[in-house]
Amino acid sequence: MSKVPYEVYTEEVQALSVLSPEGEIVNKDKLPELTDDQLKEIMYRMVFTRTWDDRAVNLGRQGRLGFYAPVSGQEATMVGSEFALQKDDFIAPGYRDMPQIVWHGLPLYQAFLYSRGHQHGGQIPEGVNVLMPQIIIGAQVLHAMGIAMGYKLKKQKQVVITYTGDGGSSEGDFYEALNFAGRFTLPVIFFVQNNGYAITTPFSKQTAALSIAHKAVAAGIKGVKVDGMDVLAVIKAVQEAAERARNGEGATLIEAVTYRFRPHSLSDDASKYRTKDEESEWSIKDPIVRFGKYLEKKGLWTEEDTARVKEEAKATVNEQIKKAEQTEKMTVAGLIDSMFEKTPKYLEEQKADFQ
Amino acid sequence: MAQMNMKEAIRDAIRVELKRDPNVIVFGEDVGNVGGVFRVTEGLQKEFGEERVFDTPLAESAIGGMAVGLGIQGFRPIAEIQFVGFIFEALDQMLVQAARMRYRSGGRYNAPIVFRTPFGGGVKAAELHTDSLEGMIAQTPGIKVVVPSNPYDAKGLLISAIRDNDPVFFMEHLNLYHAFRAEVPEEDYTIELGKANVVREGSDVTIISYGMTVHTSVKAADELEKKGIKAEIIDLRTLVPLDIDTIVNSIKKTNRAIVVQEAQKSAGIAAEVIAQINEKAILHLEAPVLRVAGPDTVYPFALIEDTWLPTPARIIAAVNKVMEF
Repeated sequence: MSKVPYEVYTEEVQALSVLSPEGEIVNKDKLPELTDDQLKEIMYRMVFTRTWDDRAVNLGRQGRLGFYAPVSGQEATMVGSEFALQKDDFIAPGYRDMPQIVWHGLPLYQAFLYSRGHQHGGQIPEGVNVLMPQIIIGAQVLHAMGIAMGYKLKKQKQVVITYTGDGGSSEGDFYEALNFAGRFTLPVIFFVQNNGYAITTPFSKQTAALSIAHKAVAAGIKGVKVDGMDVLAVIKAVQEAAERARNGEGATLIEAVTYRFRPHSLSDDASKYRTKDEESEWSIKDPIVRFGKYLEKKGLWTEEDTARVKEEAKATVNEQIKKAEQTEKMTVAGLIDSMFEKTPKYLEEQKADFQ
Repeated sequence: MAQMNMKEAIRDAIRVELKRDPNVIVFGEDVGNVGGVFRVTEGLQKEFGEERVFDTPLAESAIGGMAVGLGIQGFRPIAEIQFVGFIFEALDQMLVQAARMRYRSGGRYNAPIVFRTPFGGGVKAAELHTDSLEGMIAQTPGIKVVVPSNPYDAKGLLISAIRDNDPVFFMEHLNLYHAFRAEVPEEDYTIELGKANVVREGSDVTIISYGMTVHTSVKAADELEKKGIKAEIIDLRTLVPLDIDTIVNSIKKTNRAIVVQEAQKSAGIAAEVIAQINEKAILHLEAPVLRVAGPDTVYPFALIEDTWLPTPARIIAAVNKVMEF
């Protein structure tokens, strides 16, 4: 029998927390080492992401964006987890994880093009190590595992992070990916944003497991739980997982407990299944408010800074949505030519119908 | 030149490519240590090491997902699905993820993967080992479908498939692995994907086929020849892209055709072949194009499969119908 290299959870896992809702450090040992400039950059990105989300919802209502999955409330998990990576690490996102790939290098107007349904939205720039957002829940978790296998075989030190939600942890592909990552000791971080709901289905109806972090046990990998409204705790958890991965110690499953202030998508009405009490309870834990209090006490942030970033974000969104709208229209011939490296004769013939 | 059966020819193709290109990598259930349940990859792990040829846990979707991820990393995965009936587990990764990768990313990423799988009836295998599922793959945009019928084609087509920068579904008929030996060059050579082969020339009727039924058609043609009917037999070799030109050229000569496939009647590729003949050669036809195929049932129980599968007699009957139309 091989020795189990981690703690087997038989009781509720305590979520790693660094900041209290009042912005006080409650866990000095787990405080990530960050410079003042880095702390300010994290706050900048979270405020920017919240403003972008507000604007995106409005642009969606105006018909200027298409498919859009709101993110407000999840800024700590999204911005924090990406910030803990290095530039050449790889991200395999789900459909809600646009902020991570934008902060990793995808131009914002391309994110808008993806939303509108334009092929250029998926043309990730060379050197930006991300995949397109994945619609099939669980498929990206397998891709992350395969990409991590590539790093291992090439003996490169990069790590891969992939995201899914609490509902996604019920998929077969989720388990298969964790299991392969354990079997091959792969440098990959499985990051589950547990916001309590998969569309209308609450987490309690996904599983009888005590937590998603427990599911790591089945794959023989490390599982941790983190306060997903605490950006410093998220950064610490991802940094530790990335370090283990770079050291050849294999995969980590991170469950980040978070909450989304907006509905699942623009066509969802959350009031049908969530209560006002629940929403106000979570709003106290708002990751931006909490981190803002911490920075204000350190003299690194003011309300004016927040107002300035909001204006900057609005201006950037306006400019980027215009750029998206001005992007050259697609042609059917162009789509046909993107099917294969060399367009086969039967497709060449079909092109003629559209020219 | 060496004498090889189809299994040895496939192994030789993989060996040639493992040697030539360090990015070629082979994995699947039991393909490493023992070289696969049919020993197609026997000896390759020993020759190329465990990082190039390795066993995976038993999970087809993850095998597909690993192939997609490794493709993004610049590898050229040859992923084996142990039996054709188990591709259902991997369909999302094969038909949604790999097949759409180039299109979804506007060319930024691609999926240079070969999914190998054995299939095909007549060997009294267990349930879901022998079904002809090529039609399902062939109707999915973005993935090519190859079905060799002999050792020479199998090697040349597989080398082409491995070098192709888009995904290829490569089907190996169980009944052909050890059926016969043929001359196969030891050096590397390719057969272009999308090119059919006229395996027998004739002037009276065209029999279009692929995989095992090419051989059934040859048997039928031998009988027909005794009655003075000269059948031309086309082995499609590749179902996507389909070589309609070779088919049309043959029909211009024979003016009659049938399509023979092992898949059930409303599956496989026969209907698509007939539709394209209608579009491109209807004025050359003296009779409708008929199909010889399995009935539209679930794949039969082992003890009745020889009756269910296309036989020379059913092919001869179909030819007689189009001759006498």
